[in-house]
Amino acid sequence: MDFIQLIVSGLASGCVYGLIALGFVLIYKATEAVNFAQGDFMMIGAFICLGLTNQDFWGLNFWLAVPIAIVIMAVLGYLFDWGVLRFMFGQSQVSIVILTIAVGFILRFAAGTIWSHEPVSLETPFAGRDISLGGVVLGFDEIAIIIVTLLLTLALFIFFSRTKLGMAMQASSQNQLAAYYMGIPVKRIQSLVWALSGAVAAVAGILFASKGAIDPSAGLLGIKAFAAAAIGGFGSLPGALVGGLIIGLVEPLSARYGAPGFSQIAPYGILILVLVFRPGGLFSQTQKKKV
Amino acid sequence: MSTPSTNVVLRIDNLESYYGPIMAIRGVSLEVREGQIVTVLGANGAGKTTLLKTISGVMDPEKGTVKLQGEEIQGSEPNQVVARGMVHVPEGREIFPLMTVAENIAMGAYTRSDKQAIDEDTELVYSYFPILKERRMQAAGTLSGGQQQMLAIGRGLMARPRIMLLDEPSLGLSPLLTEEIFGIIQRLNAEQKVTMMLVEQNAAVALSIANYGYVMELGRIVMADDAATLAASKDVQEFYLGISQEENQRGQRRWKQRKTWR
Repeated sequence: MDFIQLIVSGLASGCVYGLIALGFVLIYKATEAVNFAQGDFMMIGAFICLGLTNQDFWGLNFWLAVPIAIVIMAVLGYLFDWGVLRFMFGQSQVSIVILTIAVGFILRFAAGTIWSHEPVSLETPFAGRDISLGGVVLGFDEIAIIIVTLLLTLALFIFFSRTKLGMAMQASSQNQLAAYYMGIPVKRIQSLVWALSGAVAAVAGILFASKGAIDPSAGLLGIKAFAAAAIGGFGSLPGALVGGLIIGLVEPLSARYGAPGFSQIAPYGILILVLVFRPGGLFSQTQKKKV
Repeated sequence: MSTPSTNVVLRIDNLESYYGPIMAIRGVSLEVREGQIVTVLGANGAGKTTLLKTISGVMDPEKGTVKLQGEEIQGSEPNQVVARGMVHVPEGREIFPLMTVAENIAMGAYTRSDKQAIDEDTELVYSYFPILKERRMQAAGTLSGGQQQMLAIGRGLMARPRIMLLDEPSLGLSPLLTEEIFGIIQRLNAEQKVTMMLVEQNAAVALSIANYGYVMELGRIVMADDAATLAASKDVQEFYLGISQEENQRGQRRWKQRKTWR
């Protein structure tokens, strides 16, 4: 029974890691740069929702606050690409990476100034409630996280494989030049990918904050999600989710059965193992070009 | 001009284009008339690919004008150019490797939204390239080089172009496949009325299907004439078709021979 509860809470935190990792992979595939502020995007998304719905702040209805927060993050993502990154077109990837690290710092301190550096928790309708199934007590929040992640994954899958816009995003990530030749407006598509990754970050943040307290340095969780993305193969969306789940499961299990402190290093131990034995990640998608 | 009565689809005047500090196109002027196959011949680095990229909007020209059916299009984005009926089939295929053949073809119609006509055109593409229909659920990256070239041309057709810019369709293909692809290009031109601007290093094959030809060297047009006249000219035979002239008494001194345009 204990074991099942560990698994469920592991899956729940794995889903959050997986969603942040998804954001990394989306941006990486579209722009070939890593957005190190992805964890901070998640944190900001959580705080925006919290600021809208918590009684200390605006006190809006939770179900109204969630979509507003998601839309705000999507718009921020779009504007970041449109207003900042587009002017860095042609610069090396390193400078874009450093820029995102700087943006991460700015977001962290901005959030601290607006919402204080103290940990706060998001007031959700399902906070503190739980159900017991045959002796296993499961938190409502954990079940909600798993269900929302499943639904979001399904929605993203349909979006990328069925809609014209999703296909165009795939096409421009696989061969940007060819997408240009086909008349796909690649720059606008890239901004839309940033919007999508902002929206996904907001969902991850809201889920994360519903499970426990959040403070402005929660964005550093992004490092773990980065490991998840690397385990999954950094170019593969399902890989990112699986990587997140692996890390989410390893943490509570190694904390329960391993030596003290082991749970902190276990995710990175797995990362090293994957990189040594499958350097491309578990779901690597590499394709050589034929001449 | 072979058929001076037809309309000019594409007209380029004094086009200049740079790769960084290097002037790759040095004042090129040419025209392509409706229904024609026009070829631009030239060696490596002559500026042929840059010329096509500048026409299709992937690169911006420094000077000069590109007129598509009388309207100036230089400097506009590729998506606008495609929507106006000009599609560029790039050098080296440039397909979407992880998407299926059918998805690749669907991407060619990105600028269109008339679903029924798109379905008809998909069938049309499959009728010209039956192998693509057979492999339509396969990832495009797993196709052979020749099939990828067919996919690139078929994908280009999906934009329902008035004029198609083809960059080195023979690149890396066997002579047999090259002949097959050029046969299809000729059929598309005759049956679907797609005007073609064909850039090639393989001068013999290109001149065999073209109506009119230009020879490009170091960013300039150095010769322009009917394809048949070009194929018969001494310089083109010597430098592009590899037919050596009668040797003089002291043996071959080809490298010392001067081209007439220098």
